[in-house]
Amino acid sequence: MTVNNIPVFIDNIEGRNKKNKLFRALVIAMSVLTVVPIVLIVSKIIINGIGQINFNFFIQTSPDSLQAMTAIANNQTIPGGIANGILGTFLIVLVSSAMAVPTGIMIGIYLYENQGLRYSNFLRNITEILQGVPSIVLGIISYLWIVKNITNGFSAFAGSVALSIMMLPMIIRSTEETMKMIPNEIREAAFAMGAPYHKVILRVLIPTGFSGLSTGILLSISRILGETAPLMMTALGSSVINYNITKPTSAVPLLIWEFYNDPNMVNLVWSSALFLMIFVLTLNIISGSLAGKHKTGRKR
Amino acid sequence: MTETLINIDNPVLKVRDLSISYEAGKYAVKDINADIESKAITAIMGPSGCGKSTLLRAFNRMHELYPDIQTTGTVYLDDTDIQKMSTIDLRRKVGMVFQRPNPFPTMTIYENVVAGYKLNGIKLKRSERDDIVERALSDVTLWDEVKDSLFKKGTFLSGGQQQRLCIARAIAFNPEVLLLDEPTSALDPVSTARIEDLLVDFKKHYTILLVTHNMSQAARISDNSMFMYLGELVEYGKTDSMFTNPKDPRTEGYLTGKFG
Amino acid sequence: MNSDKVTKTVLFSISLLVLIISAGIVFSLVGGAIPAFKAFGLKFIFTNEWNPTEGHEVYGALPFIAGTLITSFLALIICLPLAFSTSLFVAEYFRNTRVANILSSLVDLLAGIPSIVYGLWGFYTLRPFIISLGLSEQGFGIFTSSLILAIMIIPFATSMSTEIIAMVPDELKEAAYSLGATRLEVIFNVIIPNARSGIIASYILALGRALGETMAVTMLIGNSNVIPTGLFATGNTMASIIANQFGEASGLKLSSLIAIGLLLFAITGIVNSIGKYIIRKFS
Repeated sequence: MTVNNIPVFIDNIEGRNKKNKLFRALVIAMSVLTVVPIVLIVSKIIINGIGQINFNFFIQTSPDSLQAMTAIANNQTIPGGIANGILGTFLIVLVSSAMAVPTGIMIGIYLYENQGLRYSNFLRNITEILQGVPSIVLGIISYLWIVKNITNGFSAFAGSVALSIMMLPMIIRSTEETMKMIPNEIREAAFAMGAPYHKVILRVLIPTGFSGLSTGILLSISRILGETAPLMMTALGSSVINYNITKPTSAVPLLIWEFYNDPNMVNLVWSSALFLMIFVLTLNIISGSLAGKHKTGRKR
Repeated sequence: MTETLINIDNPVLKVRDLSISYEAGKYAVKDINADIESKAITAIMGPSGCGKSTLLRAFNRMHELYPDIQTTGTVYLDDTDIQKMSTIDLRRKVGMVFQRPNPFPTMTIYENVVAGYKLNGIKLKRSERDDIVERALSDVTLWDEVKDSLFKKGTFLSGGQQQRLCIARAIAFNPEVLLLDEPTSALDPVSTARIEDLLVDFKKHYTILLVTHNMSQAARISDNSMFMYLGELVEYGKTDSMFTNPKDPRTEGYLTGKFG
Repeated sequence: MNSDKVTKTVLFSISLLVLIISAGIVFSLVGGAIPAFKAFGLKFIFTNEWNPTEGHEVYGALPFIAGTLITSFLALIICLPLAFSTSLFVAEYFRNTRVANILSSLVDLLAGIPSIVYGLWGFYTLRPFIISLGLSEQGFGIFTSSLILAIMIIPFATSMSTEIIAMVPDELKEAAYSLGATRLEVIFNVIIPNARSGIIASYILALGRALGETMAVTMLIGNSNVIPTGLFATGNTMASIIANQFGEASGLKLSSLIAIGLLLFAITGIVNSIGKYIIRKFS
C-alpha cells in the first residue's frame, strides 16, 4: 500500500476565511436591502392614505373632476368616497368566483381522480400554461368574447370573465393538491359504504379538504383584487354604483387609475390604495392561517 | 469512571475534560479524558444514544456547524489545542467518513476523489491530480473497478463502492487521523469485510477512530476500545483485555448483550 | 341509471373547459390579429414604427417587443443578487431562525401588493429619487421601470429557490465541511451545483412574470413608441401599449394591438414552458 506524498500546500487559509466573512456580510446586506422597498412602500401608503379615510369613504361614490377642483381651490378635503369602486369590485369578484370556483374544484377533482392518464397530464400542462398568461391578454380575450359579442359594450360581466380565467388555474391546482393530502383511507371508506360517486365528492372529499380548498380560493381572490389592466378594457369603470352586470362598473383599482390620471383627484389615490392593500393582506393572512391549520403549507 | 489508557507514548490526540451539550443541563458527552494512540485503530462503542458519534465529531469540530451545541474542555492534536487551529487546517489533518456514503452527486468519481483540493481552492497540475486519484483509489482497492469510468458520476456505484470512494476522498489529503462514524452500518457483509481489511492496512499510516455499534467489528479490527454509556467514558483499554476481562460491570453487561 | 357514470361524465366534460378556453384564446388572438398581419405581413414583428395617422397608418411591434424584453431582462438582472442573497439568508445562513421567518414573510408581502400600487409608489417616490440623483430629467424610462419590476418579481424568484436550497441534504454539506471547506466554498461547490436547476427555473419563471406586467411599467416607462436609446431613455412595452390604446382603438389599430397581445402571449408562454421544463427535468 502506498501513501500519497503531497507537496507543501501553497495555500491561502487567511484569504479564504476573509472571503467567507465578506460574502456572509454581503448576503446579509443584500437581504436587508430587499426589505427596504417593502417598508418604504407600505409606510408611504399608510401615511398618505390614512388621512383620507373616513366614514364617507365607504359610502359615497367618487367625486368628479369638478367637485375635486372646487374643493382644492377652497382648501377643503375632496368630498366623496369609493363606494362605487368597492361595490363594483365586490360584484365583479363575486361573479368571477361563482364561475371559477365550482369549475375549478370539479376540474381539480377530476385531475385527482384520474392521476395517471395521459389526458390528465396534458390537461395539467395546459392549466399551467393558462396560469402564465398575462392578465392584459385575458382582458383582450374577454373584450373580444364578451364586450363585442355578448354584452355589446363594456360590462362587469366581461371583467368577471377575464378575472375568472385568471382564478381558474390557481383553484384547479390547489384543489388537486388538497385532495392529494386527504388520506386515501377516507376516500376508500366512503366508497366501501356504497356511497355514490357524487356523494363521496360532495359529502366527504370537499368537506374534508375544506380548509385547503378555502386557502386556494382566498388566495386566488386576493390575486385578482388588485388587477387593473384587464378591467380597463372590459368593465371600463363608472361613477355610479351599479348592480347590473351587463353594464360598465367601477372597481377599486380602476378608481385608483382614474384618480391618478386626473390632476385634481390625485390625492385620493393613497386612501384607495390603502384600502386595497389592507383587503389583499387580510385575505392572505386568513388563507395563511387556514393553510397552517391544514398543514398544507403551500403558498404558491 | 474514566480511565486514560496507560502507557501511550506520544499520543496523537488528547482529550481533556470534554463535555458537549445540546441543551442547557443536558449532556450528550460528559467529562471525557483520554489519549488516543497514534497509528492504531481505536474503536468507540456503546448503545444507541451513548454519545459516541458526538464524541467523534468533536475531533474535527463539526459541532460548530450547529449553533445550539456547546462544547467545554479541550482536544489536542499533536499537542496543539484544536480550538486554536483554523478549522480548515484541522480538517485537513483529521478526515471524516460518514455513516451513509455521500459522494457528491454532481461530481464525477475523479472529481470526488480530489474534491478536498477543489473545495480548498488548491490548484494542482493535471499530472499531480491524476497521481492522487490513482493512489487514493488504489489504496481503497477501488482503482481496478472504476479506472475506466473515472469521468462518470459516482451514483451508479454500489453502496460499498460509494463508501470506499468516500474513504478515498478523505485520504486523498493524507490526513493524520481518520474519523469513521459507523462506516459499514449501511453496507452488506461482503462490503463490510472489504472495508475492515482496508482499515487494518491503513493503520500503518493513519490513526483511526472508529465509531461502531457492532461489537464484533470492534473485536475484529481494533487495537484499543472505548466503551461509552449515557455520555460517559465508562471503560477504555486494549481491546483484547477489555473483551476478555471487562473491568466495569456496565461494560460487561454491554459485551454480553444484556443491553444495547 | 348509473349515477356514477353520470358524475364521471360531468367531471370529464367540465375538464374540457380548460382546453376549450385555451384553444379559444389562441384562436381569438390569431383571428383578431390576422387583419394586421394581412396588412403588414410578418414584417410587423420587426417594423419599428407606430403611426396612427389617418390614411398613412403603419403599425409595427418592434419598439414594444424591445421595451418588454429590455425591461424584463434588466429587472431579472437587478433582482438576481437580491433574491439570491435572500434565499441564502433564509435557507442557509439563518435557517429556521426567527429572523429568517420574518424576512420570508416580508418578502411574501411584496407579492401581495397590486401592480398599480407599485406604480403609484414608483411614480411618487422612486421617480423623484431618480431625478434627484440626476440620472434622468423626468424620471421615467427603462431604468425606473426595470427597477420597479425587479422589486415586484423578487418574491417569485425567492420562494422556489429558497425551497430548493433548503433541500440540499445535510450530509453533502457535512462531507464538504469535513474536507476543510469554508461556508462560502460549500455554497458554491456543493449547494449551488445541487440546486442549480431549481434556482434557474425559479428565475425563468420570475422572468415570465415580468414580461406580462402592465400597470407599474405603464406608469413609469414614459410611453414613447420607440426603441429605447439608453438606460434612462423612455420607451414602451407590449403590455403598456395595449393598456393605453386598446380602449379607443378600432380597425387596423385594434388588430395590431391584438397582434401584439398574441406576441406577448407567445413569448410568455415560451419562457414559462422553458422554466417548467427545467423543473421537470430536475425532479
